Amino acid sequence: MLAKRIVACLDTDLGIKGGRVVKGIKFKKIRYAGLPWELAERYYKEGIDEIVFLDITASHESRQTMVEVVRKTCQRVFISITVGGGIRNIKDAKKLFRAGADKISINTAAIQNPRLVKELSESFGSQAVVVAIDAKRRKDWFECAIYGGRKFTGVDAISWAKKVAELGAGEILLTSMDRDGTKSGFDLGLTRKISESVSIPVIASGGAGKKEHFLEVFKKGKADAALAASLFHFKEIKIPELKKYLKEKGVNVR
Amino acid sequence: MITVIDYGMGNLRSIENAFRYLGAKTKITDNPKEIEKAKKLIFPGVGNFRKAIENLKRKKIDSAIKKSIKKGASFLGICLGFQLLFEKSEEAPKVQGLNIIKGKVLKFKKVKIPQIGWNQIEIEKKSKILQGIKDYSFFYFMHSFYVEPLDKEIIVAKTNYGKVFCSAIESKNIFGVQFHPEKSGEVGLKILKNFVQLKC
Repeated sequence: MLAKRIVACLDTDLGIKGGRVVKGIKFKKIRYAGLPWELAERYYKEGIDEIVFLDITASHESRQTMVEVVRKTCQRVFISITVGGGIRNIKDAKKLFRAGADKISINTAAIQNPRLVKELSESFGSQAVVVAIDAKRRKDWFECAIYGGRKFTGVDAISWAKKVAELGAGEILLTSMDRDGTKSGFDLGLTRKISESVSIPVIASGGAGKKEHFLEVFKKGKADAALAASLFHFKEIKIPELKKYLKEKGVNVR
Repeated sequence: MITVIDYGMGNLRSIENAFRYLGAKTKITDNPKEIEKAKKLIFPGVGNFRKAIENLKRKKIDSAIKKSIKKGASFLGICLGFQLLFEKSEEAPKVQGLNIIKGKVLKFKKVKIPQIGWNQIEIEKKSKILQGIKDYSFFYFMHSFYVEPLDKEIIVAKTNYGKVFCSAIESKNIFGVQFHPEKSGEVGLKILKNFVQLKC
């Protein structure tokens, strides 16, 4: 049976030479956690299922630095690597795939130009295209945000999820903006709604604070994978312990 | 020397890195002559079946692959590279596959597609490529289609995703895996190591 995945996200500031992993609370950065490829290798050895690099600088200059980060990481880390942040076109994506990335993740560029999702999946296959959705809870709906949570779009997250699945996205990386950085648990309602609306895998993100949160996002939220960042960076939860706990609770994990 | 076939589909860097990590030399090439005389070939690939066949034909790699297999080269197809060995695929019904192995490629139904993530293999029989791999080991998959070989005897491992499908074959000098050994951590590296150590 296909296992539920635990994904480590490395929010990477590429404004610094070589890049640094940072941890932000509600999309504002606070402290540095280490060198991206070193952290990635640590997680790989601890048994993480996948790694996501998110370029939080997402500037023109940072793009080449991210290529270097991926290249370095892939020499010693033999699991799937996803890269997101600032990818605008096929050319940007191609450079990252050539460096060793397996998937790219897009948000802003997809909302501004939905055709890009189709073009990317036709060029590289659906399995290589992740659409990231940053969703904010409104009274009776969820609104998509772009530019790292700085701009709201008026787009409904559930209809958008359906749309990108139709366009050929292979996965959805769903972040609850309300929960991100709070450690109060994933938004189970949001995750479940999206997961049941589409027939592609959903990675839940935002709000992980303890082991129980992972259990409920798999059982109640129907997530296919769960992502966390700071929890792992500062060893608040150790990956082997988290997996052992989930296994004991009947979740199929590697 | 491991020759990696480059036909513009997928992550060659990871394959190269994995072999380098294992201390094996690789050559990445799209030159039919080099492919033809290679002793050990890796045929990777992700993406679209039709586009892959078009690329292979344009670069005249399709016949080079067939010739090298006929000469007895050890051959490992990975993911799309595995599927391309068959007669045809539901992904592109009008396109002929390489037709090296009898059987077809089908699309998953009633499950989330693509299948993305770690799934287990059930070992069906002994295989050179699976030496030292424990039954029910997890490997990393990313695909929407699976192979159905006509000759069931060549199946060496199966995997369950909504249905039980063939995840690895061995047919004389031809090996094929649906998962990505280069993305499956230690167990994946072990498979590539087995391939490196095969006697030609």
